[in-house]
Formats: sequence, C-alpha cells, structure tokens
Amino acid sequence: MTGRPFAGDVQRAVADAHRREWAFVLAATTRTTRDLDLAEEAVQDAYVSALTAWARDGVPSAPGAWLTTAARRNALNALKRGQVLRTKLPLLLEREPAEEDDSMETGGPDTIPDDRLRLVFTCCHPALAGEAQVALTLRLVCGVATGDIAQAFLVSEPTMAARLTRAKKKIAAARIPYVVPAAADLPDRLYAVLGVIHLLYTLGHTAPSGEDLVRADLAERAIDLARMLRDLLPEPEVLGLLALLVVNHARRATRTDAQGRLLRLADQDRTAWDREAIAEGDRLVLAALDAGPPGRYTLQAAIAALHAEAETYDRTDWAQILALYDALLEAWPSPVVALNRAIALGMVAGPAAALAEVERLEDDGALARYHYLPATRADLLVRLDRRAEAVPAYRAALDLVDNDAERAFLAERLAECAGVAH
Amino acid sequence: MAQYAVMIFERETPGGAADLPPEVIEAHIALPDRVAALGGRIVAGLALEPSGTATTIRGREMVTDGPFIESKEAIAGVFVLEARDLDHALALAKLTPIVDGGVEVRPLVDFRVVES
Repeated sequence: MTGRPFAGDVQRAVADAHRREWAFVLAATTRTTRDLDLAEEAVQDAYVSALTAWARDGVPSAPGAWLTTAARRNALNALKRGQVLRTKLPLLLEREPAEEDDSMETGGPDTIPDDRLRLVFTCCHPALAGEAQVALTLRLVCGVATGDIAQAFLVSEPTMAARLTRAKKKIAAARIPYVVPAAADLPDRLYAVLGVIHLLYTLGHTAPSGEDLVRADLAERAIDLARMLRDLLPEPEVLGLLALLVVNHARRATRTDAQGRLLRLADQDRTAWDREAIAEGDRLVLAALDAGPPGRYTLQAAIAALHAEAETYDRTDWAQILALYDALLEAWPSPVVALNRAIALGMVAGPAAALAEVERLEDDGALARYHYLPATRADLLVRLDRRAEAVPAYRAALDLVDNDAERAFLAERLAECAGVAH
Repeated sequence: MAQYAVMIFERETPGGAADLPPEVIEAHIALPDRVAALGGRIVAGLALEPSGTATTIRGREMVTDGPFIESKEAIAGVFVLEARDLDHALALAKLTPIVDGGVEVRPLVDFRVVES
C-alpha cells in the first residue's frame, strides 16, 4: 500500500476485521495455544496492536491471517515470559496426521486451518448450561465484549465474567473436546448450536424485559452466526434457521409503531418489509425443502415466508400455513406450536374451533405461565363478540407479561373490551 | 486418557442391592467389557450399601445417623472410568444400567490405590 492510511480508515478496517474475522482468528489461535483463555487474550491484544501497525504499514491484504499470526506471537511471548499459568489440562484437539507439524512456531498464514466449527461446537456443548452456551458463543465466536454481554443479559459485568470463566474452566477440567462431533452425534449437536443461535436472535428480537423491543445488534449477530454456519456446514436445517431469522428480521421495522407500541401482524405496514430479505429467505426455504423431509426450523421458516409473502393478513394462505403447522407439530411436539396452530385453525375454520383448541391447551396446563395463551383466548373471544369474557383473559395475560411494549399492547386491548363491556 | 468418576444415583428400595432386577445385575457385570469394547476402561468400582447404613460426621465431632445429604435418590455406587474426553466418557456412562435414577459424570483430579 502506498502512503499511510487515514486513522478513520484504519479504525474502520479493524472494526470490520473484528466483525468478520474474530471467530476465525480466535479458533486458529486456540488450535496453537490449546487454551481458550490464553487465546482470547492474545487475540484481543492482536486487534489492539492492529490499530497502530495498520496505521504505520497499511491495512494488510489478508487481515485474518495477519491477526492470527500476531495473536499466536502474543500467546507465545506470554508463555515465554511466564506470565501465563499454563493449565495442566490443554484443550483436547484431535490432530489429523497431516497437521502434525502445525505448531505455534511454524503455522504460517497459508496453512491456517478453519477451526470455527470446532469453536462453535465447543461453545454450544450440551454439558454447558444453556445460558453459558449463549454467553460463551457471544464472547468467543462473535467477540462481543463481556460488558456488552452482561448488558444484554441484564447482569453486572463481574457476574457475566464469572459465568464465562466458570464455563471455560469446565471445558478444560471436564475435557470437553475441541472437535466437530462425529457423524452419529452431529444431528443432535447441530440442534444445540441452532438452538443457541435462535435464542440469541430471540433475545435481540423480543427483549424478555426492559423497554427496547428490538436489540438490533444481538439479532444481527445471530444472523451473522447463522450465515457463518451456512457457509461452513450447509445442512438443510442450517438453511432453515437462516431463512427463519432473515424473514423475521425483514419485518423488524413494523413490529412496533412510531411510539414503540407493538403492532399485530394484521396491522403491520407490509410495504415497509424488506422484500429483498424475504426473497432470500424464500430461496433458502426452497433449498432446505429440496434436501429432504423438513425439520422444525425449515417448517417454521416456511410458515414465516408464507406470512411475509401474503399481500394482506386476510389473503394469507392460511390453509397451507395450517398444513405446515400440522407437520411442525409432528416434527417438534410443543404446546407453543400447538397454540400457534390453533391461531391458524381459527383463520381456516373460524374462531370457535380455535377456542376449543385453546381450551384444550388450558386444561393441559403446560402453558400456564405463557401470556400468549390467555392473550390468544381473549383475541378469539373478541372475534366471537364475547367481549365481557375477553376482559378477564386480557387481565390474565397482563399478569404474566414482562415486556413493556407487549404490556402496553395488551392494556390497550383490555381498555377497548372493558369500554364496550361496561 | 482422562479419568472420570461415574456416580450412580438411584431411588432407594428397602432391600438395597438385593432388590436389583437380575438383568440389571448382569448388565453391571458386563459393563467393564462393554466399556473396553468402545475404547474406554473401568479402573475401579464401588457398590455401596443403602444410605440407611451410613453414618455422618459433621464438622469433626457430630456423629449422626444417615447420609450427609438426604434425598430421594441416593448415591448407590461409583466407578472410575478412563475415556478420551467428555464426549467419550458420556457415551460410555450411558451404558450404566439404571433402574430409577441416573448418573453424574465428574472429572477426577487424581485417582490412586494406596499400596500398604
């Protein structure tokens, strides 16, 4: 590169490399350090040194390779200086024979193996608690700072740091291997990874508490992760999950009105949906459906795509959505799916049929703490013009909801009914 | 190879080990060979009398009747397992015959048999 780049350009290049290359650099560095903590610190330092080095020498043509080399050197220096208490339990890495001489000293930029899948499967190992899996994935795979993860989970930074440390300790002490699972275990383990990504998106999409309905950054991180996984392991359900996230994200701008109030699907401005993203989701759904019997994410994505493609709420292909819910209930028997199926049934066979299903779910008791159950009951009662009965159902939903935007929405529905009923 | 303790927790029955169905006992006897066939090794095993026979010393002095922790499921036995990693250990531990409980797999810091 000729001449020194501007400081702003360098910062942008480093930020860009952080977003795009963090997982690659950390995974490759972990291969040589065999210690997640040491690798994490060395990679962090490599990004810091990139700010000055790239300002001095120009932005390298392969930033990931530059950062990996720098991170490995940092780790090696830390070990030489004896600053690191090298754990007695190095991360377990099965080495393929061809990689035998891939050591800290010799691993050149041309020979960096792509270990991102190993990193993802290690972070999402079922022996780790669900919230630890999500936090570790954010920290190690996405490179999100501990303080930001703490904020997303509404805990203090020391609490989140302790949670991450505990998870990394367990990986080392219990000897969770740094490998992509064997073919026999892959389907189950892949669902664990997809579950983490989906949860991350859900956290970003509907914050469980607090005021912001959309935490766009978390949702976008989840989509980045799903894209990365699609590139590395294009299994049908990976395509399905990516499709589901992309289609839901395409509608993000219309979930609330200008005042931040929640809007029903029927009331959303469909012209504001991201048509390009919906088309991408549709292509992904078709590719996933082509690959064989659809799994739960592909079916959910197919349902979301049908909603997204409908011109209006009433002109949605409800019959096909109901058929997809039938298939989904079989692939993934869950009371939440049964509730959503009941809503589709209501659009095909009328609110009375749906109400009977909702009452069956109420008797079942599995959704006793789920505010959408009484909220759905209330909506159906309104459609049946039984508004006086809808009032206690909306109240029950309000007692259970913990998201401010959804609370405001339910309070408004309640006020409408109570006004008419009294 | 890494070492793990596999702790067997079972709902207790009045007769203890005598109440175990014969097929469970046979499965226990066959376990070391099944583990070895899958590349692991059972290094040692302990089968415990029911928790009603336990005596607990709290602190240094207080002697009480019964196990340290009272629960519906009590620890019924422990074996020491050698496996390549946690995935391997979990696959092997799943072979443990269980009547109405489960197993806990815990990595070991150390295991040794003290020679006299």
